[in-house]
Amino acid sequence: MWRRLLALIIKEMLAIWRDPKGRAVILVPPLLQLIIFAFAMTMEVRNVDIAVLNLDHGRSGREIVAGFEGASAFDEIIQLQSVSQIRETIDSQRVIAVVHIGQDFSRRIEAGQPADVQIILDGRKSNASQIVNSYLSAIIARVSAAAYSGGAPPEAVQVRHWFNPNLEYAWFTLPGLVATITLLTTIIVTALSVARERELGTFDQLLVSPLRPMEIVIGKSAPGLIFGYLHGTFFVLVAVLGFKIPFAGSLLALYGSMFFYLLAVIGIGLFISVISDTQQQAILGAFVFASPAVLLSGFMSPVENMPGWMQLATQINPLRHFLVITQGVFLKDLPLSEVARSTAPLIVIAMVTLPASAWLLRKKTS
Amino acid sequence: MSYASLMSGPPPLVQINKVTKRFTANGPAALDNISGTIATGKITGLVGPDGAGKTTLIRLLTGLSRPSEGEVLIGGARAHTAQRTLHEMLGYMPQRFGLYEDLSVQENLELFADLKGLSGDEREDAFRHLLKFTDLARFTERLAGALSGGMKQKLGLACALLTRPRLLLLDEPSVGVDPISRRELWSMVGELVDDSMAVVWATAYLDEAEKCDDVLLLSGGRLLHAGPPGDLTATMAGRVFLARVPQETRRAAIAPLLRDASVADAILHGDAIRFLIREGADLDHVRTLVNAESVPATPRFEDAFVDRLGGGPDGRSPLAEAMIAHPDKGDAVIEARGLTKRYGTFTAASDITFTQKRGEILGLLGPNGAGKSTTFKMLCGLTEPSEGEGRVAGFDLRTAAADARGRLGYMAQKFSLYGDISVAQNLSFFAGVYGLGRARARERIEAMLQAFDLTGHRNTAAARLPLGFKQRLALAAALLHEPEVLFLDEPTSGVDPITRREFWSHINALTAKNVAVLVTTHFMEEAEYCDRINLIYRGRTIAEGTPEALKASCANPNGSSVTMEEAFIELVARSEKQEAA
Repeated sequence: MWRRLLALIIKEMLAIWRDPKGRAVILVPPLLQLIIFAFAMTMEVRNVDIAVLNLDHGRSGREIVAGFEGASAFDEIIQLQSVSQIRETIDSQRVIAVVHIGQDFSRRIEAGQPADVQIILDGRKSNASQIVNSYLSAIIARVSAAAYSGGAPPEAVQVRHWFNPNLEYAWFTLPGLVATITLLTTIIVTALSVARERELGTFDQLLVSPLRPMEIVIGKSAPGLIFGYLHGTFFVLVAVLGFKIPFAGSLLALYGSMFFYLLAVIGIGLFISVISDTQQQAILGAFVFASPAVLLSGFMSPVENMPGWMQLATQINPLRHFLVITQGVFLKDLPLSEVARSTAPLIVIAMVTLPASAWLLRKKTS
Repeated sequence: MSYASLMSGPPPLVQINKVTKRFTANGPAALDNISGTIATGKITGLVGPDGAGKTTLIRLLTGLSRPSEGEVLIGGARAHTAQRTLHEMLGYMPQRFGLYEDLSVQENLELFADLKGLSGDEREDAFRHLLKFTDLARFTERLAGALSGGMKQKLGLACALLTRPRLLLLDEPSVGVDPISRRELWSMVGELVDDSMAVVWATAYLDEAEKCDDVLLLSGGRLLHAGPPGDLTATMAGRVFLARVPQETRRAAIAPLLRDASVADAILHGDAIRFLIREGADLDHVRTLVNAESVPATPRFEDAFVDRLGGGPDGRSPLAEAMIAHPDKGDAVIEARGLTKRYGTFTAASDITFTQKRGEILGLLGPNGAGKSTTFKMLCGLTEPSEGEGRVAGFDLRTAAADARGRLGYMAQKFSLYGDISVAQNLSFFAGVYGLGRARARERIEAMLQAFDLTGHRNTAAARLPLGFKQRLALAAALLHEPEVLFLDEPTSGVDPITRREFWSHINALTAKNVAVLVTTHFMEEAEYCDRINLIYRGRTIAEGTPEALKASCANPNGSSVTMEEAFIELVARSEKQEAA
């Protein structure tokens, strides 16, 4: 049996590696994902332009503008001359926000009266403008607070973000990428495995050999497991060495739970593969599973924000459970009991999907 | 009108002038300096094995690709520059029928009528006429994908005929089609040909060449013959003989003939050996080689083709040395008892019962969809029987399927090894899967590489092998574990006659080692190589026996012999009559 399995596993690996398309499936998506998620997909706002219409000639107005100029988030601060220019600069998307400081701003502050600053935001970019708004408000509040108290800045609330003190977005995405990338690689590699043989007509040749359905399932699982681990390791290294993200937890816990995570994904991938007649169908099936799996994992938006029934549905999504583990072991030392609590559902998913694929394989072939 | 032009008649519809086609600038020529004509009112056979250049030439005729050198003139205009007018006069039936499997017969016809801009009464008339002509009127609502192979081809033909083309191009219409449907297709096309239509029929079956008015015989991109097939066959006159030998000894009797230099070709033909002597060879010498009376036989087109290719192989198979002899315990190696397979309410195979001895070649024959593939699949473990019992090498297919599968070798019709990995890697894989130990695997792989002359291709990706070598590799992979039974699913469809002979000399060598061979085929000559034939129709065995016995059971009242194909058709017709009665 071991000899048969080994032969099958070697053949599977060779078949993927010697096929140019197979190689592309292994190499391109992870690199693409790395570039997209690590550099392009960020929730921080950087390098935006804003405009200021400062009609106040007093000190406070100037200090606010100086505050903007000192902020790293803003690229260029455009000085407007009249109210009529505001609409045009927003309409043309030249800037994302305009800060309008009234004529009597400094005077009112000096007189100890409430003073208003108007912020006009581009609602078309709702997310980014909200973030810009908070940056602007923070700067204005700091300057005016200093002015009201007549010198020293007041004691403000000190916010401290645990586990990610500087709120680096990469600290959040990269551990997540370890989970999502391995999902994509593994699901595609496994989904193609049986479908490829069916399409090329080699599957019958396999079925008339002494291999048993369970052995075929194991042999077809191996490449997904191997490439899953390789990609997982690659992203752990990129995160720790390239992005200097702390790895606080246990590497062993991560790799141990990854085994069951990969098995769960392989089970689903094989299921897709067995029901597909062509590689095209298999790829389509893999994406039909993978896109909602990523969206409903907590990677894009928190699971807690979803309606109750949908939260329940995410339980069958292996990525949702493994994401808790990767983010946990990276940024904090997630206790083993917590790792085990998220691994248990993965074991259940694998125990259902793998035998189901073997069963379907036997059924489809007779 | 001058005398000369009266003599030559109107110019032929198609003129092929010194055409060469290369797919890459310095690559090998798929067609090498081909010249010939295709005339209206004739069926012109485009004959040659797979890879000979038939499809390439047809694509040049459609104007879809252009020649690298030379020109193709259709009605006086260059094919690839006059596409618009050409498409109005052209009917083209591609090899993989260009039908839409998810549409019904009627919808397919409508779609093609729309594409060709056929409307009004003309359209309705064409539908009526073609449905009647193809006898598909009863099946207009059926999905094209659910039609049998023969019916699909008829529908494809109907679609190509919608606008009554002046040039009808049929790319291997008879591939995978049983003898009955084949005969129907031929008579349909025969009816079509008249003074306004020219038909091109591409085929790898050499017996079909004889039915054509003209032939362009291609081999490896070169033209071997252009003109009536009889012209070529006539050169074989007085060189072909039949020697009657008992069936049990025929494999031994053929060996000295194959090895002799004065014999160009020798094949098994029921309980006779058919042989072709070389030009000017001493017949008396050849007669001493066969221990039986030799009578002259009618030459066939295939004889001429084999002769042109330099004669057949010498029948020696190095494979014999690479295989151990299985002991013949006199037991049955395949036992089928009441094998039945149902799909829902449809019974694909019903009560199939037979046994096969060691060293015996058993042929499963039958029309498309008759159940021979289902029977074959049940016996090699690809399909589980609904009822009945099947044993292979003593192992029950139900309870010990994996053990049974371990004792059989399987070679699919289509090349089904792993194309991206090398020859040696393919063999290592199968050695592993069949549980050969490391040392044994190495030894067997070397033996197979040697026997099939694959040593030089050891590291070649399997997909890159030439056609004949692919077949050798497939056979090598099926024989690594020295199976007791070999399953062959239409093993030689489309290969050239030399390669087919080579293949069968390997098979004959295997039977000498007591390996049993179960083979399905549409190829009637191949049926003659079998020791016994099981003819399956509508899921049941309708005739069983030696090729000779089957032919004898259908002999004409006047005692003249029938061919295997005629016997096949007659037996199926009888079974239909019986069922109707």
